[in-house]
Amino acid sequence: MDTFILIGITGIGLGALYFLVASGLSLIYGLMGVLNFAHGSFLSVGAFVGYWVATQLGPDTNMTDFILAMIVGGLAAGGFALLIEQLLITRLYDRHIDQALVTVGVSLVVGAVLGGWFGNDLIMFPTPLWFLTAVNVGGAMIPADRIVYIATAVLLLIANWALLKFTRIGLIIRAGVENRNMVNALGINVRRAFSTVFFLGGFAAGVGGVLVSVYSNGVSPLIAGSYLIYGFIVVVIGGMGSVPGSFLAAMLIGVIRQFANYYVTGLGDFVVVILLAGVLLIRPQGLLGKVRA
Amino acid sequence: MNALSVKDLHVKINESHILHGVSFEVPTNKVTALLGRNGVGKSTTLRTIMGFYEGTGSVELNGKQILGMQTHKIVQSGVAFVPEDREVFASLTVKENLSLAARSKDSADAYKFVYDLFPELDTRAAQQAGSLSGGQQQMVAIARALLNKNEILLVDEPTKGLAPKLVTEVAEALTKVAEHSTMLLVEQNLALVKRVAQHVIVMDQGRVVYQGGPENLNDDSWVHQMLGVSGGHK
Repeated sequence: MDTFILIGITGIGLGALYFLVASGLSLIYGLMGVLNFAHGSFLSVGAFVGYWVATQLGPDTNMTDFILAMIVGGLAAGGFALLIEQLLITRLYDRHIDQALVTVGVSLVVGAVLGGWFGNDLIMFPTPLWFLTAVNVGGAMIPADRIVYIATAVLLLIANWALLKFTRIGLIIRAGVENRNMVNALGINVRRAFSTVFFLGGFAAGVGGVLVSVYSNGVSPLIAGSYLIYGFIVVVIGGMGSVPGSFLAAMLIGVIRQFANYYVTGLGDFVVVILLAGVLLIRPQGLLGKVRA
Repeated sequence: MNALSVKDLHVKINESHILHGVSFEVPTNKVTALLGRNGVGKSTTLRTIMGFYEGTGSVELNGKQILGMQTHKIVQSGVAFVPEDREVFASLTVKENLSLAARSKDSADAYKFVYDLFPELDTRAAQQAGSLSGGQQQMVAIARALLNKNEILLVDEPTKGLAPKLVTEVAEALTKVAEHSTMLLVEQNLALVKRVAQHVIVMDQGRVVYQGGPENLNDDSWVHQMLGVSGGHK
């Protein structure tokens, strides 16, 4: 039973990281139809800025320092995402192949710049000592950092839900995911909503970048790639444009992957691909996605 | 005085030349019906005025050029649009659909007008728009357009696909709206057109072939020749 709880909760922790990467991807695709391969670079920017902030705050990182590093990393990634949107994406709406090529190019450039500057080896991310402890949950000793991942993802989900549900910009985003042209036809500049979504998506990816670096035992430009792939899988399984769908899919994938890897080492990725294929065959719009007219 | 003036409007979509120099005027405070067989370019004309399609020529709203402007700016300058097939936001509630459309901070009077016109929308405020009937969705679509101060209302086939009882309801609502609006109405239901329109434009193959009063709509042979239908209901 202890093992079951341990694998389950660490799986949810892994799912939380996937969700942080995927939530922005899902909204960006759902609202703007942009397949954003530069999303991984937002994660990298957030991770490196967060790392820089954490190192500047002193050798003994406490929880406040870490949270500050995470927020600044998120803001930097959000700002970078906004810059990319304003400089490049706004010129490429409805040109999907060009979007893919340009965003792949951005991810390559950012990876090369960060690699040239910091190197591609893992650099230890300063974390509070508490992260190295374990928390007893139902008899299972859960690594404390997993609790932080899960709490951050849940906080982000709640913040996302509140923004979408209770604010005018959230209303515009929800309507825009359904029908962009009609939002324009109501006299609303939907492009402003696009920029907001890009910033929020970048922020979530940046926060995710900091946490992914902790999970991966260090910050490196090479980490983003695999998480971006998982981010896309989460978005497809959860349903394009559905943040709750992304949350559900991320948790499902994290848990299934952990269990599969525990029982047959290395089977985790294979099981996730089977899950992806199954969802595409049975419910192509994803778990909580809607069929587009 | 004309609210809208369209001159020599040409539109190509995917290399197909859809509108061939369309020109017409929409008089202020009158309902103008835009008629024609299916596929002659009526909806394309409305959607080009709305900025959904690019075109050449001229579209002036109260003397101001709006062709080439972005859709949201065209709407902000006073053009409201009720699209064919309603296009309500299905996952949003009725209330959310309406509050999204209301751009002014003080829309109390506009809401009162809309709820007087369609009391059902008030009682169904919390219901998801996607779960409404076609007629109720049409009410939402018309209500959205009425929540702001408009110079002109473009209405595209508001009774399309509705049951006869609902057609009557929508027709009554449009008649009330028409009392104090400038409207360009695309409609196949000639009974409704005869009831509300004071000015008629007929299009054929991407061109305007008639502009004038609605009196010819009572002439069956004219209707048959121009619109390819009998003069009764269609």
